[in-house]
Amino acid sequence: MSTTSTLSRRKKMMAWTGLVMLMAIFLLPMTGYISTGFVTAAEEQVREQQTNPRSDYWRLVRNNTEGYSAVTGLEANELIQGSGQVWRQLRNGPIATYGSWLIGFTLAVLAVFYMWHGNIKMTHPRTGQTIERWTLNERRMHWLTAGLFVILGITGLSLFYGRLVLIPIFGHNGFSAYAEIAKWTHNILGPAFMVALLSMIVTWFKSNLLNKVDMEWFKAFGGMIGDKHPSAEKLNGGEKMWYWALATMGVALCLTGLVLDFPNFDQEREIIQVSHLIHVVTALILIAFAFGHIYIGTIGTEGALEGMVTGHVDTAWAEQHHDLWAKSVIKKESDSH
Amino acid sequence: MARMKFLCDEERCIECNACVTACKNEHEVPWGVNRRRVVTMDDGLPGEKSISVACMHCTDAPCQAVCPVDCFYTTDDGVVLHDKDLCIGCGYCLYACPFGAPQYPQEGAFGARGKMDKCTFCAGGPEEDHSHEELEKYGRNRLAEGKLPLCAEMCSTKSLLAGDGDMVSDIFRNRVIRREGVANTWGWNTAYKD
Ligand code: SF4
Ligand code: SF4
Repeated sequence: MSTTSTLSRRKKMMAWTGLVMLMAIFLLPMTGYISTGFVTAAEEQVREQQTNPRSDYWRLVRNNTEGYSAVTGLEANELIQGSGQVWRQLRNGPIATYGSWLIGFTLAVLAVFYMWHGNIKMTHPRTGQTIERWTLNERRMHWLTAGLFVILGITGLSLFYGRLVLIPIFGHNGFSAYAEIAKWTHNILGPAFMVALLSMIVTWFKSNLLNKVDMEWFKAFGGMIGDKHPSAEKLNGGEKMWYWALATMGVALCLTGLVLDFPNFDQEREIIQVSHLIHVVTALILIAFAFGHIYIGTIGTEGALEGMVTGHVDTAWAEQHHDLWAKSVIKKESDSH
Repeated sequence: MARMKFLCDEERCIECNACVTACKNEHEVPWGVNRRRVVTMDDGLPGEKSISVACMHCTDAPCQAVCPVDCFYTTDDGVVLHDKDLCIGCGYCLYACPFGAPQYPQEGAFGARGKMDKCTFCAGGPEEDHSHEELEKYGRNRLAEGKLPLCAEMCSTKSLLAGDGDMVSDIFRNRVIRREGVANTWGWNTAYKD
């Protein structure tokens, strides 16, 4: 009897000791608060704001912060700007690499397509009758924009890839002489291109609104795959895509170009860096698009170039490629007779 | 081989702008261009500090990496120089430079940039040493005369140090030990990898 009671007492003692030890483990480390006291949330916040003044200072130095400088000049009062390195890495790295892939890939696809399909001939013999497709003004506008686009594209690509591609061919002196001319040409013709592009966007806005006919056209891949030629109005789905690419990316290209072209407005380096990246990316995409547009308009399709050169197309061509438009024009003409 | 570096001791700089003036005078830098400048942070507040900055002559220089005509070169002394005959004044080096070192004389309307100008570590340019062309385009070549950059030599408090990186570090380390401070090799993490 007595043995069992001592045993249970010992068990109880052990349980209590264990509990006390456990409490001590949790509570002892908290004795630190005896000296500091428990902080309120507000006090905690104040403490967080008090950072090391020395590291604060170096943070200012690194973060493009404006100080004071007796030397006047744009951003002369800043010590280190970090975004330049980001700009360098994006420009020289992914953009240069993927840009060259994009252009190379586009050219390769067009070459393969040409070998496969060749020049897409007219399916019916020419009727000898023509209808007007582009007015003189529209053609002038188109060729002005196109000419400027080509010049700006070549000079721009030279500044972007010239160091890699052209310096090994022409040497440093030869390339530099050309690059100087390229820079000036690009800077002066840029704004002219913008005016030409904007006038084109405004003039052709209505005929480029997308509708159901275009959806069908896209579904049939514009007749490129398969035998049937899908219906199209004056402008087919592909032409409209090209229009909207120019109306969006082309406009971004022009606006960022202005930021780069006129340093006299004292824009800071960061906005210039961002503008430059947008400028290069949109330019590369539009150049790839332009290759496709030029291909289809020249060696890709019989009779397509005539429209933009003479302004008139044969009714057989019109009915093959732009059936809905051809019908409406012919109907209008016969109505007026 | 020496590896030239600049160091500005921010505990010593008193923003007297002597380095700026010395540089401008020595190299007869064009109007509107300053190769060196002093920047004061927290101006007029407790803890205000000034730093003199010019081209730091970076290892793996960002300016060099983006120049479309590839006109930069690094000398055996680690000095980053450029060829003004090749430069087309595109501005890319200024966009990339962490220290805002490249400067441009304005040429023509709309702020069009002329040929880039920047600190040469008083080492001239690609022209023949001490030639008239070198003086005209890049300023004096003090390194070829066996002298160090004038800005540092003129510094009234010897805050600005210029010369072989190891010697600059030694001088600075000694100073820091004496004043029981923390070493701050300003800009070195950004500029140098060697
Ligand atoms: S400080 Fe600027 S200009 Fe000088 S080497 Fe570095 S990136 Fe080039
Ligand atoms: S401004 Fe001159 S040195 Fe600077 S990146 Fe352009 S071409 Fe090169």
